Amino acid sequence: MAETSTETQETGTAQAAADRAPTVDLSSPTVVCDDVHIVYKVQGASSGKGSATSALSRLISRKESPGIRKVHAVRGVSFVAHKGEAIGLIGSNGSGKSTLLKAIAGLLPTEKGKIFTQGQPSLLGVNAALMSDLTGERNVILGGLAMGMSREEVRERYQDIVDFSGINEKGDFISLPMRTYSSGMGARLRFSIAAAKNHDVLMIDEALATGDATFQRRSQQRISELRQEAGTVFVVSHSNSAIRETCERAIWLETGVMQMDGPAEEVVAAYEKHTGKKK
Amino acid sequence: MDAQPPQDLTAYAIAHGLAVSGARPSLVSYVKQIWGRRHFITTFATAKLTAQYSQAKMGQVWQVMTPLLNAAVYYFIFGILMNTKRGIPDFLPWLVCGVFIWSFTSQSIMAGTRSLTSNMGLVRALHFPRASLPIAYAIQQLQQLLFSMGALVVILAFCGEYPKKSWLLAVPALLLQSVFNTGLSMIMARITSRAPDIAQLMPFILRTWMYTSGVMWSIDKVLNKDHLPHLVVLGLQCNPAAVYIDLMRFALVDSFTASDLPPHVWIVAVVWALVAGVGGFIYFWKAEESYGRG
Repeated sequence: MAETSTETQETGTAQAAADRAPTVDLSSPTVVCDDVHIVYKVQGASSGKGSATSALSRLISRKESPGIRKVHAVRGVSFVAHKGEAIGLIGSNGSGKSTLLKAIAGLLPTEKGKIFTQGQPSLLGVNAALMSDLTGERNVILGGLAMGMSREEVRERYQDIVDFSGINEKGDFISLPMRTYSSGMGARLRFSIAAAKNHDVLMIDEALATGDATFQRRSQQRISELRQEAGTVFVVSHSNSAIRETCERAIWLETGVMQMDGPAEEVVAAYEKHTGKKK
Repeated sequence: MDAQPPQDLTAYAIAHGLAVSGARPSLVSYVKQIWGRRHFITTFATAKLTAQYSQAKMGQVWQVMTPLLNAAVYYFIFGILMNTKRGIPDFLPWLVCGVFIWSFTSQSIMAGTRSLTSNMGLVRALHFPRASLPIAYAIQQLQQLLFSMGALVVILAFCGEYPKKSWLLAVPALLLQSVFNTGLSMIMARITSRAPDIAQLMPFILRTWMYTSGVMWSIDKVLNKDHLPHLVVLGLQCNPAAVYIDLMRFALVDSFTASDLPPHVWIVAVVWALVAGVGGFIYFWKAEESYGRG
């Protein structure tokens, strides 16, 4: 695995990330992907959504509708993630990064191969709206309860979550419905809610890109705390510097195929070289 | 990729006690998970209920106004214009009872069809047993009904009927109906998550069901049973919506006596509640791992 070489080769920011990070426990895997293939079925490439009656008959016969097109988004990815690791996923748009995370979270079925996880992985996507017609306050409480926290835990952590999100820094926004928030505010609150609980595996899809510099710093600190509490963190980002700062390991995907898996510094450098060549 | 981990990753994962991601929990542990989220379910239901009229200036007044206006419209059309009240004593409470109890079932079903599709963001962002959502929506409808029942008590008092012991029968009737509704709501949630088009069909199915459930006319008095085949009569008598409406009328409206009830009405009510409740729950659980996918 990557970590043996990490010790000798990490430099600069990767060194800083490794200092913050706890020692990676190689004997306890948290996510195992064994030759994972993911195929998206896109409905209605030819005939629209189809009539209700044909949908009904499909429901009963469990046949696939003729208008379905298949997109092979992830092809044969295998890796093992360990406790205390922060892994960055990089690759150009449409390379299957988000798809892979969704599958690890259990939100997408695999076509072939298996994904094993320790505990329940949580995926934090940038588009995951919570309940937009409810106030931020209600969202914090409901989000906490939905994640399985008890009422007392939610009450205890409520103020921390709100402070962390920084929603109330510019006035009393937490008592307004979430639909009135700017996209950055919404993303910050969602991240704060999800980060309030210690997850075995936390996956962050582009969420770090939202929010201002202060919030980004705060969330990076929270991510390293989560790792200290023996979790594994996956980060998808198009910001190479964010990957370098947050992660010590990176996986590079291109058209669903794993190009490279190793120390963040090396993989990001190779990826930059690759994208630079294209221009 | 370095070759440090063993060749057989699957065996390696199982040896370390890892579980397949997104696998469906067993029925028992699923029930436990839902019990663990009971505060989430009730808080969600209450939050949705209060958010419902948050954009209206009159706010929560609509909780009571909406059912009352509904009843007024039906009274105007069926009571006055079409005069279906012939032969039904206490037509106003009789009608209002029917409208409220029917809308409890129909609204629960409609809420169930939307419960997963309209909360995709939540489903995809956080992990919780998905049945929490249709159950929460059914509870929200129950809370809504309790508001309506408050209005009904006022109407009953207006018609000279006051609380008495027999009103307590409304409690078991409501409980059974709630279980029935929750089950249907879960069934609809699973169906629409696979075939969203069904949501478009539901208003028509529900309207047909309403007209055959004796909400605003008495099935007994309007249909001449001698002309109908036995099976149709039996079907009309076992119609769960009609059964729950009749039970509520029996409990609350004085002039609606035991002789107006179909035969074995309590047994039918219990059987429907169990079949829909337990069946719906298992049906929903069977596809637990698939919600939010795709």
